[in-house]
Amino acid sequence: MDIYLPIAEMAVNFFVILGMGALVGFFSGLFGVGGGFLMTPLLLLIGVPSPVAVASQANQIVASSVSGVLAHWRRGNVDFKMGFVLLVGGLVGSTLGVWLFTLLRGLGHIDLVIRLSFVVFLGIVGLLMFAESVKALLKRRIRASQPRLRRAWIDRLPFKMRFRRSRLYISALLPAGIGFLVGVLTAIMGVGGGFIMVPAMIYVLGMPTSVVIGTSLFQIIFVSANVTVLLAVTNQTVDLLLALLLLMGGVVGAQFGVRAGAYLNGDQLRGLLAVMVLGVAAKLSYDLIATPVDLYALGETLSP
Amino acid sequence: MIALRRLCCLVILLAIVAVPRSTAADLVAALSNHLVAITTGFTGSEVLLFGTTSGGGDVVVVIRGPEEPHVVRRKGRRLGIWLNEKEMRFESVPAFYSVAASRPLNEFLPDRVAGRHQIGVENIRLMPAPDTASDDLNDFRAALIRNKQKINLYATKTAAVTFLGGRLFRTDMYIPANAPVGNYTVGVYLVRDEDVVSAEITPLIVSKVGFEARLSDFAKRFSLAYGILAIVIATVAGWLANLVFRRG
Repeated sequence: MDIYLPIAEMAVNFFVILGMGALVGFFSGLFGVGGGFLMTPLLLLIGVPSPVAVASQANQIVASSVSGVLAHWRRGNVDFKMGFVLLVGGLVGSTLGVWLFTLLRGLGHIDLVIRLSFVVFLGIVGLLMFAESVKALLKRRIRASQPRLRRAWIDRLPFKMRFRRSRLYISALLPAGIGFLVGVLTAIMGVGGGFIMVPAMIYVLGMPTSVVIGTSLFQIIFVSANVTVLLAVTNQTVDLLLALLLLMGGVVGAQFGVRAGAYLNGDQLRGLLAVMVLGVAAKLSYDLIATPVDLYALGETLSP
Repeated sequence: MIALRRLCCLVILLAIVAVPRSTAADLVAALSNHLVAITTGFTGSEVLLFGTTSGGGDVVVVIRGPEEPHVVRRKGRRLGIWLNEKEMRFESVPAFYSVAASRPLNEFLPDRVAGRHQIGVENIRLMPAPDTASDDLNDFRAALIRNKQKINLYATKTAAVTFLGGRLFRTDMYIPANAPVGNYTVGVYLVRDEDVVSAEITPLIVSKVGFEARLSDFAKRFSLAYGILAIVIATVAGWLANLVFRRG
């Protein structure tokens, strides 16, 4: 069954889109990531122009995150206070990031440098996480370990705040700072940043894995809603029909993702997340190194 | 803009001069439909072109999509990494192009004539923007055509024009689902003795209608409201799914 997309100006198969939404929604509910880094290449693969792909999947991420957050909330796994602090940092960071991006573009290949450092960064984080969770799983600990990278200066920062759900008493500057840094990175990379935010919350803030996923999804709602409106206004490339099809699959997938997550313990979840982070790093580096099939490519030619 | 219009006039004038006037009955052609309407179920469409000649000769049909600017980028390897190295802009490129003929083109149409009438993908006039033009223009031209062919917007082979009897001809023209909207032209050429003796150009409009048209119009005119609507829909959908699953 084919459906013509009014903004993308092409026909797509109804069930293919539904399935893609469900798959990405599942990962979203399971790991607390938006899934844009998975969805964009999938959409490009079936021929959706990239501006439409990015804008429309941002809209579907809003839906699957809402679906996921509500399911996590029922289980008491969302730290709203933490979410808000991260969000404040994130909004400032992404605004700066957009500005920085325009500035850096003028300097030539600096975005390549960013891309490379991103690959290295993701690779290291992924490997560390993977090694740790494998070690923990081998030792067959019953209780999930809570890895904390704590240094004295972190505990001495001002504006201390109590985050009950996360069982933390830390300076608000810490989550706000992480939100800020991830915001800058995501604006430059053009991705949602869930897969950087989640490891950062586990390892830098020391939040329990169960709370991390719901809280990450909570702030992703706002980040992707912001992207949707911005792209709708500036590029007019949000395809509502495409987004609707994607989110029909996505909201259901997210619910299953949350359920699947309940069967896994913290170590297993971190291990799987590590595999995914490594996968993203591998994909990004493959794109940079592999010889393209055709050296020449057409730029976007969306009708005005 | 004025320069462009003058150029257009010149091109039209040249076309008229280039095609020798012949009696009106030499070539008559018509489309079954002048509007390709894109609806939600649109998966491409066939348009029938039919006509008659005064007898003898071959018929060539060329469909050109709306002229649009295109950019071609070339990747290069630096320090083991592939990145966009060079780009060339083409200001006016037909977004769609296909050809049909009653016989293989090379059997009756000399290159010189095909070039003059832009018959065949290799004869489409592709002029780069002056500031991006360079020596490797032909590589970029070939790449543009190759990439357009890959997404089925340029024909890879010549379709058939069939004669029914000696004078009546017909061809089924296929407009694919990813064809851009806009004003197309269908050029019908009658070729005798290795030259075009008569030509007729008919407009063909590819346009969104109904829901598709209203939605894309809304997205363009009220983009902020559209963006907010998109978010509201997404939020409600997420909430509904949660409601359903709580019960289930």
